[in-house]
Amino acid sequence: MSEEKFDAIVVGGGLAGLTAAYCLAQAEMEVLLIERGDFCGSKNVTGGRIYTHSMEKLMPGFAKEAPLERKITKERIALMTETGALNIEYASGKDDDDSTASYSVLRSKFDKWFAEKAEEAGVMMVPGIRVDECLIEDGKVVGINAGGEEMYADVVILADGVNSLLSQQLGLKKELEPHQVAVGCKEVIQLDEEVINQRFNVKNGEGTAVLVAGDPTLGNIGGGFLYTNKDSISIGIVATCSDIGRVDVSIPDMLERFKNHPSVEPLITGGVPLEYSAHLVPEGGFNMIPEKLYADGVLICGDAAAFVVNLGYAVRGMDFAVESGRLAAEAVIKAKEAGDFSARTLSLYQQLVEDSFIYTDMKQYRNFPKLLERHEIFNDVPEIADMIMDKLFRVDGRKPVSLPMFAVDEIAKRTTAQKLLDLVMVALDAL
Amino acid sequence: MAKKVSVDDKLGYNVFHTDESYAHIEIDKDYKNEEEIRKVVLACPAGLYKYENGEVTFSHEGCLECGTCRVVSGGKVVKSWNHPYGGAGVTYMQG
Repeated sequence: MSEEKFDAIVVGGGLAGLTAAYCLAQAEMEVLLIERGDFCGSKNVTGGRIYTHSMEKLMPGFAKEAPLERKITKERIALMTETGALNIEYASGKDDDDSTASYSVLRSKFDKWFAEKAEEAGVMMVPGIRVDECLIEDGKVVGINAGGEEMYADVVILADGVNSLLSQQLGLKKELEPHQVAVGCKEVIQLDEEVINQRFNVKNGEGTAVLVAGDPTLGNIGGGFLYTNKDSISIGIVATCSDIGRVDVSIPDMLERFKNHPSVEPLITGGVPLEYSAHLVPEGGFNMIPEKLYADGVLICGDAAAFVVNLGYAVRGMDFAVESGRLAAEAVIKAKEAGDFSARTLSLYQQLVEDSFIYTDMKQYRNFPKLLERHEIFNDVPEIADMIMDKLFRVDGRKPVSLPMFAVDEIAKRTTAQKLLDLVMVALDAL
Repeated sequence: MAKKVSVDDKLGYNVFHTDESYAHIEIDKDYKNEEEIRKVVLACPAGLYKYENGEVTFSHEGCLECGTCRVVSGGKVVKSWNHPYGGAGVTYMQG
């Protein structure tokens, strides 16, 4: 390659990287995006659902042409035991616009589309290349090395995902710890659009998001998920890495267990499996965000910066990724104007992130991971709920039990007042 | 209960460009702590770690590139972990 120097090199063609590159190209900067997959999206996996407010801000009206699957109009949460399921379904009935809506999405398709938009905006795309390291001169990042090929830029934006080996090499980030990440394991199963409409009682273009605690992970921290796509279903489980080995069931077997649950199997039966995927999810929340999101000549965004919030009933990462990419670009544009890409100038990025909803939202829920570390939520709560429901609805001619007494009894069997109070305190703290 | 689908069958749904010449993950074949090995065997979504006759084995063919084994093993079973070379490995068409 020539000695050409770019204004910016973006590593990683996911949402953070594509957004950063797109914004820089729009500002007429020379930007190179390097993606290790065959094409942008080919290494990316979501559950998944995208909350579109930040994409809508970036590209107003994007949802009309982007390959989104279905607008989520029904929220279902479920507590499951081995055979039982307590489902709660909510539909606001309001027609959300794209500043408040969310859609089911398949990342291979979506990111590919987004990459075309970025390319049209002027981004130079280089897929199929793995970046091995950042080039450093006088303590400053000046480019990248990909298999011996060196490419230079004023700034390198690391958007290389949850397994960001590059930011670890630079010391911007420590190795992931098992309690900070969860493994997601998913199948996409093809079903006719009309069949999905009927099974989930939704119209064309509208869909359901299902999040499940309890049996799918056998009480391990984590749960099951199901999202209706246009003519397929994404179904999977998420399990926190520190809990692996707690029960003698493997991650792939947990997914099979979930798929075969009596309340789940009828939803996917007859479908044709299209793909089996796995991906890590940063779930450590606010406390997992690297202390510094920048150094001389380099910024870090998206999953690489651990911008993900898991609330159990809602998981967000993609809207943060888009916003962080946009803010990274904003800081780089300012640095270009100043002709200075030192850490001092790039610290503007940190400032912008701290002033954005990324920080506000992640800070608000900073104690949520502590709540989700409580095994009671994944064991006892679904079991007690199941027993109460079973008592409530079973009619067998025997003397009925007093439900409140039964509930108190069941709770007392499993815990003490002190432990219960403790859990309530953790929950209040989390919320 | 419907039948359980094997992981091998599931990997068959996917598009892979396996790089025969480069194993992006290397394990310590002499590693012996059963409890640590058990965790990695249970963790791998692609079921690529096997523990048989007191030995841990691994093949990178079919790897979904999630990184779970690296994080779970904390450097004990997995000696080195990298992404495959550009264009190699799994190509997700759905994602």
